[in-house]
Amino acid sequence: MKSKLLSVPYLIWMLVFTMIPLVMIAVTAFSDNNGHFSLEALASAFPYTHVFLKSLWIALLSTVLCLVIAYPMAYMVSQMRESTQNVVVMLLMIPMWMNFLLRIYAWVLLLQSGGPLDTLLSAIGIHGSYTNNTAAVIVGMIYEYLPFMFLPIYTVMGKIDKGLVEAAQDLGSNKSEVFRKVIFPLSIPGIISGITMVFVPSASTFVVAQYLGGTDDIMIGDIIDRIFFTNNHVGAAISLILMIFILIFLVLMNRFGDEEAIV
Amino acid sequence: MEQISKKAIVSLKDIFVRFDGEVILNHINLDIHEKEFVTILGPSGCGKTTTLRIIGGFVDPESGDVIFDGARINGLPPHKRNVNTVFQKYALFPHLNVYDNVAFGLKLKKLPKNEIIRKVTKMLAVVDLKGYEKRPVQKLSGGQQQRVAIARALVCDPDVVLLDEPLGALDLQLLKDMQLELKEIQKNTQKTFIYVTHDQEEALTMSDRVVVMNNGVIEQIGTPEDIYNEPVNAFVADFIGEANILNGTMIDDCRIRILEKELPCVDKGFGTNTPVDVVIRPEDIDITEPNAGQLTGVVEKVTFKGVHYEMSIRCGKCEILVHSTKSAATGTTVGMSVVPFNIQIMNKLLPFYNNIIETTVSCANADENYFEFPLEDETVRVDGHYFPEATQLRITLPPEALSLAGDGMGHLQDVYIESVVYKGEHNEIILESDERKWLMLSDTDEQVATYVPLSFDFSKASFEPLGSEHKDKEAGR
Repeated sequence: MKSKLLSVPYLIWMLVFTMIPLVMIAVTAFSDNNGHFSLEALASAFPYTHVFLKSLWIALLSTVLCLVIAYPMAYMVSQMRESTQNVVVMLLMIPMWMNFLLRIYAWVLLLQSGGPLDTLLSAIGIHGSYTNNTAAVIVGMIYEYLPFMFLPIYTVMGKIDKGLVEAAQDLGSNKSEVFRKVIFPLSIPGIISGITMVFVPSASTFVVAQYLGGTDDIMIGDIIDRIFFTNNHVGAAISLILMIFILIFLVLMNRFGDEEAIV
Repeated sequence: MEQISKKAIVSLKDIFVRFDGEVILNHINLDIHEKEFVTILGPSGCGKTTTLRIIGGFVDPESGDVIFDGARINGLPPHKRNVNTVFQKYALFPHLNVYDNVAFGLKLKKLPKNEIIRKVTKMLAVVDLKGYEKRPVQKLSGGQQQRVAIARALVCDPDVVLLDEPLGALDLQLLKDMQLELKEIQKNTQKTFIYVTHDQEEALTMSDRVVVMNNGVIEQIGTPEDIYNEPVNAFVADFIGEANILNGTMIDDCRIRILEKELPCVDKGFGTNTPVDVVIRPEDIDITEPNAGQLTGVVEKVTFKGVHYEMSIRCGKCEILVHSTKSAATGTTVGMSVVPFNIQIMNKLLPFYNNIIETTVSCANADENYFEFPLEDETVRVDGHYFPEATQLRITLPPEALSLAGDGMGHLQDVYIESVVYKGEHNEIILESDERKWLMLSDTDEQVATYVPLSFDFSKASFEPLGSEHKDKEAGR
């Protein structure tokens, strides 16, 4: 009884700040300015399909690249001495304490023509433009979200019992077999939560593309940002579609995770 | 000890291991024969697990040779050794079921699938886990996990199976069953088992041979009977079974003085008037009429233990433990007799009784009546005595002048407790500092293999200047 009572404030919280807003978004998406049921807003979301797909594509690419970078990093850090580990993790976390916008501006300055990268590469005879394109957006996204991929994987790897590694060696595994047969399968939960934690926010991110991307690199988050105050029905409709896509993605991820855990 | 061939399968030669400057194994030598069940027994921190890990390939000795089946295998990684380990906490793979855990090693050997199935099925039957193939390992009880761990090691058909306190986490009844079962599995599979434990009963029950270790050295190697009946020193006697360990003096061959009485014994070759340790097992003391015994004492406590009575008998200052089928009332005076064969004489653990420091006064003050001398990187100040600077000094500290500093501020920090032996009156504690050993008396039980601060009570010490200029002795107060 007591524990039920204790949960009441949280239930109210969830009702007020999660359930009701969700319903409101859905209602707004399916109504017109007069408050009548309408599919108009949903229909006006269609022209943004390419932005939508591009957003998902950029998010997917950033997630995969984050994984490719963070996984070996997490493995290496988890192999270090504990005192060294703390320092390295600290160093990885420090940029996160900086304001999000500031970090994006920093990348704009780094990549823009006449910036440090351009100057450096020009000096050895390579000329090009490094900002206002998809690659720059992805670089920015990786920079923003890498810690969210690294942390869960690192945490899971740190928890793997050293005894299991020794047991695997004892039973005849060399280093790569220890990794393939013990460390990798046991780190899958970390990979899954890392992917979730990077993909979901990066699919709906805004600002990054505005600053680092070219004219056609606008992302769905930016569209929502732009549209919502002129036409909140369309904004709500796009948000709803995005949410459904993310939901499908999460369900797929969890399904995949469960299967892996059984194998 | 039936059909044990004498061929050594594992030999450790002069193995020396040090972690962070701390000596873990101090030049140990050990031969393990084919098909034998050897137990390495000792208190925690004695180096027994390290010894096992050297054989398993997880620790490389700083010096010394590891010989396996005639070949030196120092530096050979674990996966290339034909040795499998049953780990202390089982270390079962949580992402695999029982079958896949057991099949892990066989799959790595790339055996054909039907052979793996055949071997795993057979091994699961041996450890009594038929039908558990598909169970996740976390859903198993401690005893079942234990058996999976054993099956996983045995199925690889290793020459040697290493077991690191595998029964530590089991409850008493299960533990007894598993002890017998393990011994049975060892007999049936004809493998060499090297078993590590701190439980002396376990060691005596299962082993063909027992290796008793303490503080990085092997104290004794022998059959369980040898270890129990003929312990080489007070540490082994104290560690294995219950024992009365007493200070005695070997008057001459076959004559021992203990508890202020002279008794006949069978040991020879200790010289004359040599201080020795004497072991008498509680079951070897016969209770007699007061005037018919070799010793007399007053019964202080009687406990009925089922098979026998356990009696604590005060004999002078000492307390003697007796196991007897005859009971005697508390407060009565009884006689006690021991046949000479059952009095076991052993050399003292330390060649000295009083702790002697020979040093040079490094700083002195006549007005304030104190001096200082260096001791293992520390400076020790002695108040109430004065010797001029540079005096060569012999300081004699009897064991009762040593104590463990309760406030954590000892004269020597981090002194290692090597052994604690109850001598009927006090605990005799052997301590090891960086450069030497110390003998201390204490009435409290201290934890072996821990580090403690040691302090000296110089009011119980005596001081003797060495050399010609200072002949005057100063006695302690």
